[in-house]
Amino acid sequence: MYKGGKIFASLIIFAALFTIPFFYNMGKVNAGPDVALNTAAIQQLPASEQQCVESPEFMRANHMQLLNQWREEAVRNGQTVYVNSQGKEFEISLQDTCLKCHATESASKPAVLNNPVSTTAGVSNPALNESPEFCASCHDYSAVKPQCWSCHFEPKEAAK
Amino acid sequence: MLEKALSGSKRYWIWVTLLLAVIAVGLFAYMNQFNNGLGVTGMSRDVSWGLYIAQFTFLVGVAASAVMLVLPYYLHDFKKFGKMVILGEFLAIPAVIMCILFIFVDLGQPMRIMNVILHPSPRSVMFYDMIVLCGYLLINLVVGWTTLGAERKGTPSPKWVKPIIYLSIPWAVSIHTVTAFLYAGLPGRHLWLSAIMAARFLASAFAAGPAILILLCFIVKRVSKFDPDPGVGAIQSLVKIVRYAMIANVFFYILELFTAFYSNIPEYSAPLRYIFFGLDGHTSLVPIMWTATALAFLGIALLVFPTRKNGAALTIGLLSIITANWIDKGMILIVAGFVPNSFERVIEYAPTLNEILVTLGVYAIGALLITILYKVAISVREEKAS
Amino acid sequence: MSINRRQFLRRAGMITALGLGSSFVISGFRKKEVAVAAEFATTPKGLQAKRWAMVVDMSKFKTEADINGVIEACHKLHNVPKFPNTKDEIKWIWEDDYHHTFAGGHNEYLDDHVLHSPFMVLCNHCENPPCVKACPTQATFQRPDGIVSMDYHRCIGCRFCMGACPFGARSFNFRDPRPFIEEVSAEYPTRTPGVVEKCNFCYERLADGLMPACVEKSNGGLIFGDLDDPDSEVRKIVSTKFTIRRKPELGTQPSVYYLVGGGEDA
Repeated sequence: MYKGGKIFASLIIFAALFTIPFFYNMGKVNAGPDVALNTAAIQQLPASEQQCVESPEFMRANHMQLLNQWREEAVRNGQTVYVNSQGKEFEISLQDTCLKCHATESASKPAVLNNPVSTTAGVSNPALNESPEFCASCHDYSAVKPQCWSCHFEPKEAAK
Repeated sequence: MLEKALSGSKRYWIWVTLLLAVIAVGLFAYMNQFNNGLGVTGMSRDVSWGLYIAQFTFLVGVAASAVMLVLPYYLHDFKKFGKMVILGEFLAIPAVIMCILFIFVDLGQPMRIMNVILHPSPRSVMFYDMIVLCGYLLINLVVGWTTLGAERKGTPSPKWVKPIIYLSIPWAVSIHTVTAFLYAGLPGRHLWLSAIMAARFLASAFAAGPAILILLCFIVKRVSKFDPDPGVGAIQSLVKIVRYAMIANVFFYILELFTAFYSNIPEYSAPLRYIFFGLDGHTSLVPIMWTATALAFLGIALLVFPTRKNGAALTIGLLSIITANWIDKGMILIVAGFVPNSFERVIEYAPTLNEILVTLGVYAIGALLITILYKVAISVREEKAS
Repeated sequence: MSINRRQFLRRAGMITALGLGSSFVISGFRKKEVAVAAEFATTPKGLQAKRWAMVVDMSKFKTEADINGVIEACHKLHNVPKFPNTKDEIKWIWEDDYHHTFAGGHNEYLDDHVLHSPFMVLCNHCENPPCVKACPTQATFQRPDGIVSMDYHRCIGCRFCMGACPFGARSFNFRDPRPFIEEVSAEYPTRTPGVVEKCNFCYERLADGLMPACVEKSNGGLIFGDLDDPDSEVRKIVSTKFTIRRKPELGTQPSVYYLVGGGEDA
């Protein structure tokens, strides 16, 4: 084979570089995300309200499609009510419905939005883009950054 | 064939390195824009399109102008253009790529660009512009590459390319027509709301595009052993095309001036008054526009009189025409379309340094692509000649 | 068996195409299975209309305070930022004088009172909106109730709609708006940099059964209702009194009417 040695040597180097993360993390214990499904906010609710808009299994697998569907229906079609598979009705609102339960501990943080005077003009304020910990617990783990919080807020309680 | 671009003289590599350096600077400027938003440009709420969209408009014309070689050569069997057709096609490819890049750098949310395909909107002219531009890129890539590959092997081009070549002729006209429709269909922008817009676009494209091509041929002749016009007068034929296209362009412009000024409808004449005389004390475009006017007439004169046979005078004439067209289409037409604004207020626009660097970066990408494609074409020709 | 380079590349390419193609087919099928077993509905408390419209009663806007209160109410509610540089400016509702609002055909002998009255300017929610036609992603669209709305999630920031709008009603987020919002309202999201925004006739408040924020704050200066309903106040004003609209000659059919000098002789 023409220049076979060089080709194989390069291939081995490439494969080695490519697999470094796997070897580097081999044998290490993987903690996994800790999803707070039983927060104080949820416990305060009456038992009948503690169930999410759909089953946890469904939400775990399909929350992104559901959120996209909610967005299309509410923003584009003016349909602001979601009737779930059990026939129960929910207001379509990331802020008032989802985050009512899922905002978690960030409520104890100081003012989420600070005075514009103290921020550098034109530069995004990192404190604003922090997602609620519920979302962050999985999304940080899997390194998928949701775009929601560049516009949407945490619930009213948290914003104060 | 692409491997031919990987070997070249020292001069070739210096030129490539230089272009890569400019691209790096442009990329750096674009990262700044990407991170801080389009606020780093000179565009505003009132003049919401600027240098980027203007370059896009100008370059669509350059891309379309390849048809001025393809049409005579393939439809009228005009053999003189035989050696130049490939250069025209290889100019069209980088021009279209630059167009797409200029649209891309103009977007506020570039990561969402695929929404144009995910949510197609057949009522929007932008939708058709995307289709015709991508189609034109594909056509020229296929045609250019296949014909050159066949030439390298010494065989005639495969039969299936012929229909694609013929298709490229109306397609070239369509890209610039649709681009004109982007502007000409908007109510309330009186400088653009003109039925002659598409015709004017085509005329200026067929002047500026072939003029650029002739200059590129001069460079090719200097830096390589390949002569695109070995005494057959192909360049003088192109000069004729440039001359008449430019005369038509100026004529169409005068038609616009007559309608606007003789009718004296304030909305129609206001942007033109702003361009030529200034409005409410704002005159930043006036000297630039008069320069373009002077260059347009100088260019036509140099191409009409026997000076067109003189190398230096011809170069000056062509440069004048290119610059005049660039000022008109690559700057003023887009900016002045927004002046005065919807409230009859004059808000002026001037590009920022960051914006200019990004623009230069995109042009450098285009120049690099032209260099590579021309290198391939020239190497194939040199190989055949030796 | 040995293969040459061309064959190798061709086979490698075919296998790659096959792999990518089949993975797309599989994921494409999977996507369809996700359909949620649920329905969507509108709230009963929401206000409905065939064509929302607004009348600006000029007799009710006399002082700067009348105007600024209305602007503040809207801009605060919708988290409209205040940029120090007018180049980056964002506005949903603002004021301008007669001559600039009704650009074209300037009557120099017009009474000073009319010339210098402040006119409220906002998106006209045209019946034939050129911005909606221009948008290449349908990020701006017309709702069945006539409101020309924005989907900030979909906007790519090409600003074609800004060129298409003959009324200068649209603003673009040239910079991140958040650091420039003085007092944040949790009632409405902020915007991300690089999208276009404008007045939305408070569709989010209409869904909650409320009138638009500006209307609520205007002390009757802004009248809002269904133009299609013969008994609505806007319809009565528009059909019985002399109202003007901005640039009607362009055929966009604006839904914002200006009632000039109508207060006294009503």
